[in-house]
Amino acid sequence: MIVLGIECTAHTFGCGIVDSDGHVLANVNSEYVPITGGIHPREAARHHSSIAPKVLAEAFKKSDISMDDVDGIAVSLGPGLGPCLRTGATVARALAAYYDKPLIPVNHCVAHIEIAKMICKSLDPLVVYISGGNTIVAAFSSGRYRIFGETLDIALGNCLDVFAREAGLSHPGGPHIERLALKGNRYIQLPYVVKGQDVSFSGLLTAAIRRLKEGYRLEDLCFSLQETAFSMICEVAERALSHTMKHELLLTGGVAANKRLRSMLSKVAELHEATFKPVPLQYARDNGAMIAWTGILGLQFGLILNVEKSYVRPRWRLDSVDIPWFREGFP
Amino acid sequence: MKLICKGAEANLYLDFWFGFKVVKKIRISKPYRIPELDEYLRSYRTFNEARLLSSARRVGVSTPIVLDVNPSSYTLTMEYIEGVLLRDYMLKADEKILKKHFIKVGEMIGVLHSNGIYHGDLTTSNMFIVNDNVYLIDFGLGGFSREVEAFGVDLHLMRRTLESTHHDLAEQCFSYVVEGYSSSFEDWRRVLKKVEEIRRRGRYVEERRLRK
Repeated sequence: MIVLGIECTAHTFGCGIVDSDGHVLANVNSEYVPITGGIHPREAARHHSSIAPKVLAEAFKKSDISMDDVDGIAVSLGPGLGPCLRTGATVARALAAYYDKPLIPVNHCVAHIEIAKMICKSLDPLVVYISGGNTIVAAFSSGRYRIFGETLDIALGNCLDVFAREAGLSHPGGPHIERLALKGNRYIQLPYVVKGQDVSFSGLLTAAIRRLKEGYRLEDLCFSLQETAFSMICEVAERALSHTMKHELLLTGGVAANKRLRSMLSKVAELHEATFKPVPLQYARDNGAMIAWTGILGLQFGLILNVEKSYVRPRWRLDSVDIPWFREGFP
Repeated sequence: MKLICKGAEANLYLDFWFGFKVVKKIRISKPYRIPELDEYLRSYRTFNEARLLSSARRVGVSTPIVLDVNPSSYTLTMEYIEGVLLRDYMLKADEKILKKHFIKVGEMIGVLHSNGIYHGDLTTSNMFIVNDNVYLIDFGLGGFSREVEAFGVDLHLMRRTLESTHHDLAEQCFSYVVEGYSSSFEDWRRVLKKVEEIRRRGRYVEERRLRK
């Protein structure tokens, strides 16, 4: 069984082709990078619609298969930015209708978890998923991925990006902050906000920007911002790990690229005798392959949608999706 | 000293203090965070918890008696309490008894809020059933406030824990909490409105669609 997956929830338009044995035949992604400022949903969607044919063609070229070999079209219908979702959905609907293939709706967050599990050969992990749009600590429990901690306001990646922008650094800001933080050595106290199992970054962001305007050294601020935000994540991850007693800790999402965060979370895992598994970056960031792979899982359970009913779902929560394919020892 | 519980944040030891059976809660150092932050969080929370445990007790909410606090060794010494965690209790208790306990929990939260105290971490593993009474523990993330926001977050977290750990009972139990809460806190309506607002503020919440 082969599925074509289309990712199009935010800055990335991607096409992935995966077979049911978990072979990634193609994973072609194109990211929208704004010239100034952050991601403008309409501009991102414009990028996606102009690049879509090229990315799609390249994916087929790489995989060396044709549309006839494809058993289904999977698409991320949410959560994400409305204009981007609609662009991706339009491509997927057109392909499904024209080639008469089943359309498989995929939740973007579920896809991040499933590809992470497949690539890292993990069965039942605690997942820390941190990106520009999401900050979630989740694990499987009775039929669904339950959220054991999340942000109450903005995502961690978003917090880093906005701070970087205020400091005059280009988008995405995370890598710049990581680089500058290495040169920081003085900890400037910033609001550390853990509320129960949840975290909040909006106050931290405001305070960091204020300190920046007060003239504190940028390197020290980057260092302090990272240490504060990452410690918050580690604390909720640790609580979730001790609560759920899972034996694996998976780190995914774009912020998984950060080496400091990786080293901190590996220590968290060590404390609880869990194996730390950071997801390789090409599968940790938004990508088409994760949608295709989750599409395979969905298709095997007949989770298909009529084109007429394939509405986008910008606010589709992770913990509202049933996971029928989850069982120990799968795949 | 005998180790009785290894938590995510602290270790609990059984000890004797002038002939009194006590629990020593020692907040442990975390290798993943820098020393500045590590020391600050451990000493602040130790001191904060002591202050809140006794304030809560003073306004009539059952908490262990604080006997000693030493922020520099991150140690809190308190009365030993024998009981069952509400989390474990829920696995076997019948609905009638659960109803009684959750109404009681709601009442306690209401009393705390009426006195300007928020708990900051209301989960079923921070509540002890002792005979017919409920004890509240783990105040490290709490504080003093008169703002609806802090109270709203308290109830929101309570609901979230119920949803993630006891999903089949969540809605029912939360309604009992609200029942108790509304009987002991005058301003409960405003707080419940805030709870909805906080829920909408989160990422990807379907209810947000209704926002005008």
